[in-house]
Amino acid sequence: MSITIYVPCDSSAISLGADRVAVAITKEAEKRSIDIQLIRNGSRGMFWLEPLVEVVTDEGRLAYGPVQVSDVVSLFDANFIKGGSHPLFLGLTEELEYLKKQQRLTFARIGKTDPVSLEDYVNNDGYRGLRNALNLPQTDIVKAVTDSGLRGRGGAAFPTGIKWNTVLNTPSEQKYIICNADEGDSGTFSDRMVMEGDPFVLIEGMTIAGLAVDATQGYIYLRVEYPHAHKALDTAIEKAYEAGYLGNDILGSGKVFHLEVRLGAGAYICGEETSLMESLEGKRGLVRFKPPLPAISGLFGKPTVVNNVISLASVPIILDKGGDYYRDFGMGRSRGTLPLQLAGNIKHTGLVELAFGLTLRELLYDFGGGSASGRPIKAVQVGGPLGAYLPESQFDTPLDYEAFAAIWAVLGHGGVVAFDDTVDMAEMARYSMEFCAIESCGKCTPCRIGSTRGYEVMDEIIAGRELGKNIPLLRDLCNTLLNGSLCALGGMTPYPVLSALNHFPEDFGIDDKANAA
Amino acid sequence: MTDSSSMQATIQEIITTLKNKPGALLPILHGVQNALGYVPAESVPTIAKALNLSRAEVHGVISFYHYFRDNKPGKHTIHLCRAESCQSMGGKQLENHVKTRLGIDFHETTADGKFTLEPVYCLGNCACSPAMQIDEEIYGRVTANSFDSAINETEELA
Ligand SMILES: Cc1cc2nc3c(=O)[nH]c(=O)nc-3n(C[C@H](O)[C@H](O)[C@H](O)COP(=O)(O)O)c2cc1C
Ligand code: SF4
Ligand code: FES
Ligand code: FES
Repeated sequence: MSITIYVPCDSSAISLGADRVAVAITKEAEKRSIDIQLIRNGSRGMFWLEPLVEVVTDEGRLAYGPVQVSDVVSLFDANFIKGGSHPLFLGLTEELEYLKKQQRLTFARIGKTDPVSLEDYVNNDGYRGLRNALNLPQTDIVKAVTDSGLRGRGGAAFPTGIKWNTVLNTPSEQKYIICNADEGDSGTFSDRMVMEGDPFVLIEGMTIAGLAVDATQGYIYLRVEYPHAHKALDTAIEKAYEAGYLGNDILGSGKVFHLEVRLGAGAYICGEETSLMESLEGKRGLVRFKPPLPAISGLFGKPTVVNNVISLASVPIILDKGGDYYRDFGMGRSRGTLPLQLAGNIKHTGLVELAFGLTLRELLYDFGGGSASGRPIKAVQVGGPLGAYLPESQFDTPLDYEAFAAIWAVLGHGGVVAFDDTVDMAEMARYSMEFCAIESCGKCTPCRIGSTRGYEVMDEIIAGRELGKNIPLLRDLCNTLLNGSLCALGGMTPYPVLSALNHFPEDFGIDDKANAA
Repeated sequence: MTDSSSMQATIQEIITTLKNKPGALLPILHGVQNALGYVPAESVPTIAKALNLSRAEVHGVISFYHYFRDNKPGKHTIHLCRAESCQSMGGKQLENHVKTRLGIDFHETTADGKFTLEPVYCLGNCACSPAMQIDEEIYGRVTANSFDSAINETEELA
């Protein structure tokens, strides 16, 4: 009987050699006349173990990792296809602590299935949500999403159900669903993992959104930096059309939904929803004034739902198991789960999906195992390049939108980047200002000019010149950015800058915190 | 056909396939850059005419987006991540090595025309920092040594 072997096709796994390992396993099996079926699955999200090779046995799926091409012969020698012992043997995949401790709702299938197999998708609870939605009145679909408590996972945490309700109640002959797959935040990769590892869940979520608000056209605005996600989405969309899950008559219901991927072009600001719509319309990505809200006048002036990949990919399970099921996870006003992304100087980097409420410290140490370098973790940036830096004294903050807001920080898209004690926080503050200057759309002066002034002042501070004048100047610039910017690029760049200054004044050449004021 | 007339033919073909899409400009620019490696100045009037835009508008869009380039890149383009996660894992030292090894700065092309170096702000490979892309190939946990071998392998492929 043929042996089933899984080797991930996730681009992080590929970046560590998964493609070569897959080829080497196939060749070695041929050489030994062993009949194998090699499936490229998504990643389980344990990147220190990638490339993670799994073998299907009577006991279940057994894991070996991290596997390099040079290990392949010895794996066959050890009879790994029957679960033979080997230094890289890890045991049953699902029993690995890192995975076992998680609550995977949105990521339920990722790593288990062949991402572009519609059959795998349907056999693993796929399209159950859509089938339910097809039998519900639109208000009930929206109500399920509202009841779930789902808040946008793209950064702003706005309630998804409320947004959908506005679009539903705005009459128009044409409406749109846009999936924001620009994933520009550094330290984040959950959108990428969904698109590469389970593209049908996003397609299903968008189709449900279309049914809910009467939108017949969807666009996935995908960053050009993700070629693997692009291929997976295009393949999955084609299969969904062929099988009648997309098109002019979805599963014989007479309902219409069309879907297309559009590529961005390397502009961070195009992740901001109004800039994104300008870009989709074929223009420069200048941020629009709000109001009008996109839900009322969005793409080509029509009512438009713009949601993040994770928000939309969480919809199928909500429509399958009900709003209550999802809402029962979480704490306070943060309901459901958040796929956290552990990155940077961390031993066990990866994807950790958990109900809100775990503390940052538990995430960094219980899951992450501390720093990769073995040195103390000095600072952690949560929520992307516009997120605050947290010092050790704040590591006990629970991962919850409100708890983070209370310490002038954000959860954003759930990216967590750790730095050890070799980091110079003044350099990081300078980088934040430089990033803002590079990515500014140029529409408002504080952001365009202030950010350039900002890194010039940081250069002075780093050189130790006239701190008595330059530190207050930096604070003034931050105030102008905070209060005078049209969007969060200019408006939140002060988060990383001021948190670095306030928590690590010594890196700015200031001896005591009192003088940092 | 001369080089320039075959280039115009390629551009025309891309425009014809894509111009009826809503918001066709970005898809067309991607099509042109995919085919030619860049968006040449000669393509601007043709694209502008097909979409009923002014040349200035088309030019404005090309220059707004970091990814679109109006000059020919080297045979291979290296996108090196400069963002936070990669910095936390020695990205800055890697950047110095890359620039010295290639003898160029960001936005430049080596004298032999083989490599262009561009910065990128996150590749979504932050769990394996520092990261880079050579053309569409992704690399993780890049060291000075692994960078050198990646460059050598890419050169051999060429
Ligand atoms: C500068 C900037 C960049 C952003 N980048 C992204 C992004 O890459 N992906 C994303 O989903 N949202 C991004 N957002 C948030 C979007 O504007 C918007 O709130 C989100 O797409 C709405 O979807 P959600 O409610 O599902 O989160 C960004 C916002 C700003 C200000
Ligand atoms: S804050 Fe910056 S990015 Fe945002 S609209 Fe103003 S100039 Fe554009
Ligand atoms: S990109 Fe417009 S101001 Fe820099
Ligand atoms: S920060 Fe470098 S890949 Fe994300």
